[in-house]
Parts: sequence; structure tokens; C-alpha cells
Amino acid sequence: MRLAFRNRELLILINNWESVVHELSVCQALLAQVVEIATDRGASAVLRITVEVGPLSGVEPGLLASAFEIVRAGSCAAGAILLIETTAITISCLICGAESQTAPNRLLCAACGGYRTRVVGGDELRLRGVELRVPEARPASTA
Amino acid sequence: MCQTCGCSITPGNAHLSMDQNGNRSAVIDVLQDLLAANDRVAMHNREHFDEHGVLAINLMSSPGAGKTALLEATIVALGSRYRIAVIEGDLETDNDAVRIRAHGVPALQITTGTACHLDAHLVHRALHDLPLSGLDLLFIENVGNLVCPASFDLGQHRNVILLCVTEGDDKPAKYPVMFRAADLVVLSKADLLDVLDDFDPARAAAALRALGRETPMIHTAARRAPALGPWLDWLEQQLAWPRAAAPGLPAQMAAPVGA
Repeated sequence: MRLAFRNRELLILINNWESVVHELSVCQALLAQVVEIATDRGASAVLRITVEVGPLSGVEPGLLASAFEIVRAGSCAAGAILLIETTAITISCLICGAESQTAPNRLLCAACGGYRTRVVGGDELRLRGVELRVPEARPASTA
Repeated sequence: MCQTCGCSITPGNAHLSMDQNGNRSAVIDVLQDLLAANDRVAMHNREHFDEHGVLAINLMSSPGAGKTALLEATIVALGSRYRIAVIEGDLETDNDAVRIRAHGVPALQITTGTACHLDAHLVHRALHDLPLSGLDLLFIENVGNLVCPASFDLGQHRNVILLCVTEGDDKPAKYPVMFRAADLVVLSKADLLDVLDDFDPARAAAALRALGRETPMIHTAARRAPALGPWLDWLEQQLAWPRAAAPGLPAQMAAPVGA
């Protein structure tokens, strides 16, 4: 589905969205990165985008996916699949050294109950990779 | 055969991975933070603050927690000893900037229109209209919101989050991403604690501690009987610290508790 950004209804939709969620801003940043990579590689289209989102990143995967539906319109990633890999929160205790998985609002060591912990996973918000369609300049004839 | 990274595609078999039109699919590993562009500008802002010896504080809370009132009282208390400026973030109106300017302090209003948070680009643009020379302290009053501003580094040195006692004492448990980012939590309108029986500061402190941080929490009352002692003490401590100690790191990473 191709939608022009000039479309007034879509603009209203985007404006309403932005007042509610910051996932739209994050998604615009994601698309800018992807488009830059695709342009650098001379890609004709983006086929797949993989991102990692942790619960402590402050980004809601479902809203990111919905924002992507709006943001991708009219770009070289208009037909791309967005894969969102959610990560678990893992903390490492600075006192007893134990590692445990936990909830966003309970970053306490599962072994000793201490609060002096370090988050080692679960705050990711990153573009892991992209799959591009790249036109072959020369047919493979070197075989 | 590896299906993910394309490592098994050689000049000899490349044609097998092409479609009928001679297009090849290329898998590229990136591993870049989604907010990398924002973070670059934030770092630039921070360098700018450091060059001018300005301490930048990002003030966040839900709407109506008393950010502007706290700033007004702070300006009254410290304005003769430190040169202060304020960047105000709101969806609409320049009401807050007008209130600050009434105290003789430069204030620049960013109206975000519909955006629910400030980002590093908006602050950078504002800095073009706000001379930093001669300033000691810059407050950035973020859009009232306990969700979105947490994700965007502005280039500040410290994050201060107001928790108003008319809100629930479980706010840190409900908004862990925001409260984890705090270098200081201010219990605002604390003079109302006497008449509120459902806000327990100890419960708020426990919820904050459960986020794995030893974030200090202080009480303020900026309006009726200005009680700002611990807040002003904290500010003066921050002003005394060398601010370029950990360049390029967000405030909460520059001074991790217990690390």
C-alpha cells in the first residue's frame, strides 16, 4: 500500500499519533537509518528490517510496529517486513555476582535481594540488520 | 548453508540467490542504536554546555507537578549568586517562559506543537537563540509527561524528576524507565503531605530503590512556605562538581550508583 505524505488525512493521523506516542519519532529515526543504508548500497528496495527492543528502552513494540505502518509509506521500505525482537531484562548483582531475569520495576537481585545491580540486557533499542534488494550490475560470469 | 548473513554467497554461486530480474538480496548487519542521530546531537549539546561551563539540568515530571513553580522559587533563591537561564518545552503557549522572564531570567520557549517530548535537535535549535556565555545554570523544563521524554538524551548533565505528592506513591513502579533515568527525585508540594493520608514517602522511596538505583529523594514546597533547603544544597553540589568529568555520557551513566 502506497500512501503519499501529502495526504491530509494521513497527516492528521501522524499529528495525532505524535501527541500520544514517541514511538513515531523513534520509527522516523529508524526509517532514516534504513534509507541511508539502502541508498549507500544502491538498493532498489528494503525487504526486511530487524530491530531489538528491550522493555527498559521505553519503547512499546506493538506501537513501534503500528508507527512503522505509517512511516514507511512512500519510502524504499514501503514493502519491508519489520521484525521486532524483544529482549528479556537481565541484571547482574554487584554484590553477590548472580545474574537474574526480572521485571522492569523490580531490578533487584533474585539471589540476595540487593538493589546494587547492573542491567546487562533489556534496555536495547537498536537496528540489528536489514535485508536489501540490490540490482546486480553485472551478471555473475566469473564462475 | 547460512540463511541469514549471506556469508556463503560466493562469485560462483551468487546467481543462485538472484531473482529473475538479476536482483540480489543482501543481508547487512547494522547494530546501531535507533536514536543514534539524537544521541550525536545530544553529545554536541553537552560539549557546548561544557565549553561554556554551564550545568544543564533536564527537569521532568507529569503535567502539573510544579516544575515551573520550583524554577521560579529557585531563581528567587539563587538568582543573585548564579546566572540562570531556562528552556521551556510545552505543546502550546509560552505561559511558562513568561512566568520565568518575570523574574528577570532569560527563558526560551519551545512549543512542540504535537510532540510529547523534547529531543536533542529541538534543544540544539533553541541554543542558537540562547547565548550560553556567562551562564552558570541552564534548566531545560521538559514537556510534562512521565513516558516519552525518558527515551531522549538532550545533552543534559543531570536528570531531575519531580514526583508530586498528589500523585500516587507508586509512580516509580508504574514508570520505571523514567524514574531509572533520575539523578534526583524531588517530592514536590510536600507541604500537602500533612493533609494527604494516601501518599507515603517511604513507599515511594522503596519503589525507587526497586529500580536498582540509589537515587536521592528530597522534599520541596515551592509555593506557600518555600522549603527548598535540600534542593538548593543539591544544586550547589552539582554546580561545584567538574562537569566535564565524563564527557559524552548521559548523566545517569556518568554516575551509576553502586558501580
